[in-house]
Amino acid sequence: MEDVISFVISKYNYWCYIVLLMIGLYAMIVKNNLVKKIIGMNIFQTAIILFYVSISVKKEGTLPTIIIDPVTGTHTARAADYINPLPHVLMLTAIVVSVATLGIALALAIKIYKEYDTLEEDEIFAQIRKK
Amino acid sequence: MNQHLPAIIVTVPLLSAFVITAAGWLNKKLCFPIAIAALGVSLYCSISLLISVASGKIIIYNLGGWAPPWGISYTVDPLNCLVLVAVASVAFINIIATKKNVEEEYPDKIGAFYTLYVLFATGLIGIVITGDAFNLYVLLEIAALTGYALLGMGSRRAPLASLNYIFLGTIGACFYLLGVGYLYIATGSLNMKDLSAILPAIYHSKTILFAFIICLTGLFIKMALFPMHAWLPNAYTYASSPATSLIAPLTTKVMVYAMLRITLDVFTPQYSFGTIGISHSIVWIAIIAIIMGSLMALAQRGLKKMLSYIIVAEVGYMVGGLWLGNRAGITGSILHIINDAAMTLCLFLAVGNIIYKTKTDSFDDLKGLLKKMPLTMGAFILGGLSIIGVPPTCGFFSKWYLISGGLAAGHYAFVAALLFSSLVNVVLFFRIIEIGFFEPFKEHVSGHHECITDQIAGNRIMIEEAPAGMVIPLVIVAGFLIFLGLMTGNIVTSIIQFAIPAGIS
Repeated sequence: MEDVISFVISKYNYWCYIVLLMIGLYAMIVKNNLVKKIIGMNIFQTAIILFYVSISVKKEGTLPTIIIDPVTGTHTARAADYINPLPHVLMLTAIVVSVATLGIALALAIKIYKEYDTLEEDEIFAQIRKK
Repeated sequence: MNQHLPAIIVTVPLLSAFVITAAGWLNKKLCFPIAIAALGVSLYCSISLLISVASGKIIIYNLGGWAPPWGISYTVDPLNCLVLVAVASVAFINIIATKKNVEEEYPDKIGAFYTLYVLFATGLIGIVITGDAFNLYVLLEIAALTGYALLGMGSRRAPLASLNYIFLGTIGACFYLLGVGYLYIATGSLNMKDLSAILPAIYHSKTILFAFIICLTGLFIKMALFPMHAWLPNAYTYASSPATSLIAPLTTKVMVYAMLRITLDVFTPQYSFGTIGISHSIVWIAIIAIIMGSLMALAQRGLKKMLSYIIVAEVGYMVGGLWLGNRAGITGSILHIINDAAMTLCLFLAVGNIIYKTKTDSFDDLKGLLKKMPLTMGAFILGGLSIIGVPPTCGFFSKWYLISGGLAAGHYAFVAALLFSSLVNVVLFFRIIEIGFFEPFKEHVSGHHECITDQIAGNRIMIEEAPAGMVIPLVIVAGFLIFLGLMTGNIVTSIIQFAIPAGIS
């Protein structure tokens, strides 16, 4: 039992992202309102962003910058202390992508609302079937 | 100049997309020439790259001079040079063929349409040329985002279909991104060449297995392999014809290429087809995709929806061909990427012309069309024959390679599925020929006299062909189907055989 608990706790960042991923997926599959689905999609994307950021975390790590000691004039930070900046940079791109996706999805939701006067999926389908 | 071609092919359309937006504010007439010039530059670059990598050379271009694995490198090798030409030429021909249609469909949004169009082409060209796993994700999203917008600018139901595509497309792209994340955790690298050098030492790791599976799942969703195909038919059917005839031939094919790149190049074929032991089940999924795609195409009463389901079946061909894991199957798969792009372009352009003239694509309104629009219907029939696989059209040759791959692998169910789908395609296209040819009169029952006057009138106004600007590119594409078929031998011996890794027999 203790093994299981320590296994769960030691990898808690992965559990968090998987739980968020599933919440997002659930909302996308189950929710009836299109805006709720869009929010679910955004949670889904954010979970992966958190996953990427969490893998670069280092205890007592520091920013990857050059730190010069004013007195001795030497470089004081050790490269081994640096937090890996690459996943953060990758996620900047992913954030931009998710914002753009959100924008397009909301724009389409507006068009759908103008067309059907509702954002509830079952009502939209009912209208489509009637025609 | 020449050594920078791999960068120019992406940057020129990317930057001109912004110029088109600005030009759209000044004068709408400027958009089309800029777009066509940018795509022309891409086409020229892709063809000269094709010529320079023929017979097995590889070009690696480091963007900004940063050597991999730190910088992003663009790679042109025999695997992607053909796809590059296919993407660039489809985008180029389609923009010419649909000019009139675009002007009438989006009178106030020409600038926006051409911006999205060129960005979409940029994204796809980038996916094909990039040698970096994360860069592939970014470009995949560029292509997907512009694709959603283009598909959303259609008929009344288009926005809903496009929103559905956004949900599934985002899940697919996110799965791919997750897979890349796991690869990065395990190897610390994102460059494909570098990954393929590091990975063999850690193939026993579960992380790598998960990364591989989740990357593939993401790509399967993106390419609409059968159980994950739900987004495709509606999105393509309700979009306007200029957008469909750009996106339908390219998206699924480029995703198949991405799968080829991951399975053959990033991972070794021994790992993909042997160690993890999933190839057999994926071929079975492909078989189901082929059969279901064909059957659902049979149930449709509209041209666009029928063609969309044919695409679902064709994706099954390519996925199955790759996962057979032998030389003939993979050759067929690569060949079918190009051939299917050409065939689908031909069919969708023809349907675009039909919709332009008759304002509908349902089977009931095709009556007598073979006489009214002989060139368009001729091209449509040629495309249909190619999908069926009648020699000397190109569809025959890729199907031939796929079937011989299936026989060599002893996978008779795959061969049977291919033959079944060909038979269904025969039914599909001959039904349309029958409607278009043998039912020329609308009022059969209304009496003898009217029938005769109808006939006389029919003889007078025989031809109501779409404008020349739309028909000529279509005829060129249709001719190209036969040309590609006749060139198959050269394409295989001088390019595709170098694309298949050594060690696959």
